[in-house]
This record gives sequence, C-alpha cells and structure tokens, in this order.
Amino acid sequence: MSSAQAGPLPVVDHLKIPDDGDPYLEGSKCGACGAVYLGRRNVCSRCAERDQMETIRLADTGTLYTYAIVHRSFPGVETPFVSAVVDLDGGGTIKGNLMDIEPDPDHIKFGMPVKVVFRDALGRKDKDGNSYLSYFFVPRG
Amino acid sequence: MNTGDVYVIGVDMIKFGRFPHRSVPDLGAEAALMALDDAGLGMRDMQALYCGNLYQANAMVGQRILQQIGQTGIPVVNCANACATGATAFREAWMSVKAGVHDLVLAVGVEQMGKGLLGGGGGSGGIPKEGLLGGVTMPTVFAEAGMEHARNHGTTFEQFARVSVKNHHHSTLNPKAMYQIETPLHEVMNAEMISYPNTKLMCSVNVDGAAAAVLCSERRVKELGLMKRAVKVRASVLTSDPWQERDLVMPDVNSCTRLAASQAYEQAGIGPEDLDLVELHDCFATAEILHYGNLGLCPEGEAGRFIDEGHASLGGRTPVNVSGGLLSKGHPLGATGIANIYEVTTHLRGEAGKRQVAGAKIGLTHVIGLGSACGIHILERAG
Repeated sequence: MSSAQAGPLPVVDHLKIPDDGDPYLEGSKCGACGAVYLGRRNVCSRCAERDQMETIRLADTGTLYTYAIVHRSFPGVETPFVSAVVDLDGGGTIKGNLMDIEPDPDHIKFGMPVKVVFRDALGRKDKDGNSYLSYFFVPRG
Repeated sequence: MNTGDVYVIGVDMIKFGRFPHRSVPDLGAEAALMALDDAGLGMRDMQALYCGNLYQANAMVGQRILQQIGQTGIPVVNCANACATGATAFREAWMSVKAGVHDLVLAVGVEQMGKGLLGGGGGSGGIPKEGLLGGVTMPTVFAEAGMEHARNHGTTFEQFARVSVKNHHHSTLNPKAMYQIETPLHEVMNAEMISYPNTKLMCSVNVDGAAAAVLCSERRVKELGLMKRAVKVRASVLTSDPWQERDLVMPDVNSCTRLAASQAYEQAGIGPEDLDLVELHDCFATAEILHYGNLGLCPEGEAGRFIDEGHASLGGRTPVNVSGGLLSKGHPLGATGIANIYEVTTHLRGEAGKRQVAGAKIGLTHVIGLGSACGIHILERAG
C-alpha cells in the first residue's frame, strides 16, 4: 500500500522542484544547431547530432504564439479554459492553460507577454492521493 | 522492372453511416466487392491486398476480409498511419504495381468509429493533463493551428465557418455522404462552440465507412480493354513532418503537406493551376483553410479571400471537397484516404451526377495523419 508524498509531485518530468529555490522548467539545447527541447534528451531531431545536448533552465517569461478557447472537453474536465502555446524567451515552446484572463478572443492578443507560474494542479490528485505542482501562464505587464 | 504507369480501374465506397451491428471486416468486404464489380473483375484476379484500418490495427483486418470474400492465399499487408491510413494502403498497392511485382492489386480502407472527441492518447501516469496543460483534443489542436493562421494572415472566425457552409452544401449533392443538410452561415457560427474557433458544425463527423480500389499495371489495363474508364495515378507521395521548432507541443500539419505537395507536383509535372478538383483533409473547418495555401491553391496568405470569393465551391476556380468532405460526408479514419480517391475518380470519369465538376481531367487527393503523415495522390482521366 503506497501513501501520499510529503510535498507535491511535478506534473511532468521537465518541471523541476529543487529542495532550495523556486520551481522551474528544464530543457535541452543542441550544441551543434541550437535547437531547444523540453526535458532531457540525447539526440537532436533537427540536425540528428548525438551527445551534443546541454541541459538548460528554460525562461519563466514568454509570449503567446497561438491558442484555442476550449468549451467542450473530455468528461469531468472543467470548461471553458484557454489552451495556450507560448514561445519562451530564449527558446523553447510550451503549451498550458492561460489563466487570469477572460476566455474571449477579444481579450486575448497574439504576442502578448506572459509569465510562467507554478501552482497546484487544479486540485487533481493521483490514485495514491498525491498532490501535483503544475505550470500555468498569466498575462504579464 | 515495370516502368509503365499505374491505373485505378475499379473503385467504390459504401454510403457512410453508423453501423454498430456490423463488423469492420464486413464493411471492408462490402466495399471490396463493390470495387471489384466496378472493374468487372473478381477476387481470384487480385494478386495482393493492402488494407488500411486504424482502430483494429493489430487484428488482421485484411485477412478477415478475405475470409469473407475469397481466401486465395495472396499476400496481405495491414497498414495503420493515423488519418493517412487509407492513403498509405493505396500507396503501398501503387508501389507494388509500379515496381513490377504485381499487375492487379486491391486496396481497402475501413473504419468503425465511436462517437465523441478524439485525441489525448495514453497518459504517462500521474494525473490527467487535459485542461491542466492546455487541451489535447483534436478540435483544440486544429483550433490552435487555425489561430496560428489567423495570427499570420488575419483569417477570421467567419471565414473558417464558410468552409463548413460550403462543404455541407456540397454534400447535399452526394447520396453517399453521411449528411445531406444545408447549414447556413449563422447556423454554423452559432452552433455549440467546441474549441474556438471550431463550432460543432466545423468538426468532422465520426462515422463508419469503407472504400476500396483496384489498381492495375498499364500493360494489364490494355489487355483487359479497360482503358476507357481507367484513371492514371500521376503522383503518389507520402511524407512525415520535417522538424519545426514548435513540434513538441503543436502537431504540424503544414510542413508535411507543403513537402508532399511540391513532390507530387514535380512527380506529375503539373502545378496547382492544372487541378480541376481537390479533395483535401478538412477534419476541421480551420484545417481546410490552412491547406489552400499549403497545396498552392491560392497565393500565400490569401486563403480567407479564396473561400470568401467562392473559388473553392462547385463551379469555382478549384472546387474543394465537392463530396462534402470530412465535415459532412464523414471521416471514418482508415477509409478516408481511399474514399477521396473514389470521389476524384468518379469526377474524372464524368460519373458524379449532380455534383459533377464539368470537364474534370486532373484531380488531387490529400490526407493528414496527425503525428504527422501526409499522403497526396494526383489522378488523371485516361480514356
């Protein structure tokens, strides 16, 4: 019988929760061509070079590239929510919920600056009762 | 080595619908017999079967079809390639004839679908991510792709909606489409919003369906005296998605289509201006707009104008999805890539009835399997 961990678990492997310091997103950068990926990897799918990957800390700021406003989803998923694709400053693209904004195209602007914030995963727990820390976007400035 | 051309000499599809009490092999077998009848041939004439099906990809659907219509011991290849499954099966069949291995082969695409939202795939443990790390349903993925087009070219919700008005109108002329219902613009725009900018009427219909084609070498077509209704395969192309910087969070349907289109036009020795009709992958209304530019049907960035000015409508410059498309004819995943070959072939033969594109000589079919695969075929009237 497993039991819940003391602290929240990361929602994805590339969300890092250091013992000391703030959570952040981890990525990889190809030393040969400069392509940036989420999480760790060994081979670059852009240039196919091996063992050139450097683990990097991704920025917590970026701009909105594209989005959808989701009104109907799988059963049990709360709607509406804004599904946002964000280009991080310095490289890397991630997808997540854009929060603290009206889910209305008149309020959402392409290219708008956003900040990556780390919050509880909307109260979702796994079967062992563990809480999770997730990342979200909020408008910046 | 056979360096001659490859022809479609028999092709058909069942009327798309919902057949919960029939089996996948049963639907595939019906389409196979219809295509054989169209060619005036029988199962004993076929030298191989290429079968496309996605949801029972591990269940030997091709062999189970032969268990219904003729177990002649021929090689059977079962293909799965997301929504490009049917086109992949057709292309495998084409390659076997092009390579001179076979003269007469059968390609079948078949699918039985449930209802509801597609997408998501298997989770990687932990907690569900939908609605937490954005959305992963198909309507959302294609809404984001549509909004990328809006960002780059100023495309509007209304322009996306017009695609659905057009394709539903086209389907009123197609007795084999799932629906034959007009959907005026206000109805499309005011339908339930699924994922902005895609309303419910801008999402393809989950239906059951099957389609099949008989492919034949040039030499054999002549021997059989079937050139009059034959249709020549001028290009057969399959691509995967070349690297793009946002691949890991945005499945890319654009670059694989552009790559496939340029290869197909080169193979056929024609350009998009030579096409009399196009059946492209309108899994969502937003997707059709993307592919006008991807296939070169309009100048870059002018897809919104292309739909507004009626160029994609029956009677327009390049009619697109005269069948009603996936939006109204329906989208049985594995069958779609052969059903669109049925549609174009029917026009090239001049047998499309009320929806006939007048004088059609050359047509193009296009499908996208998300993940991604793009299949394009260019067909030309032979007789």
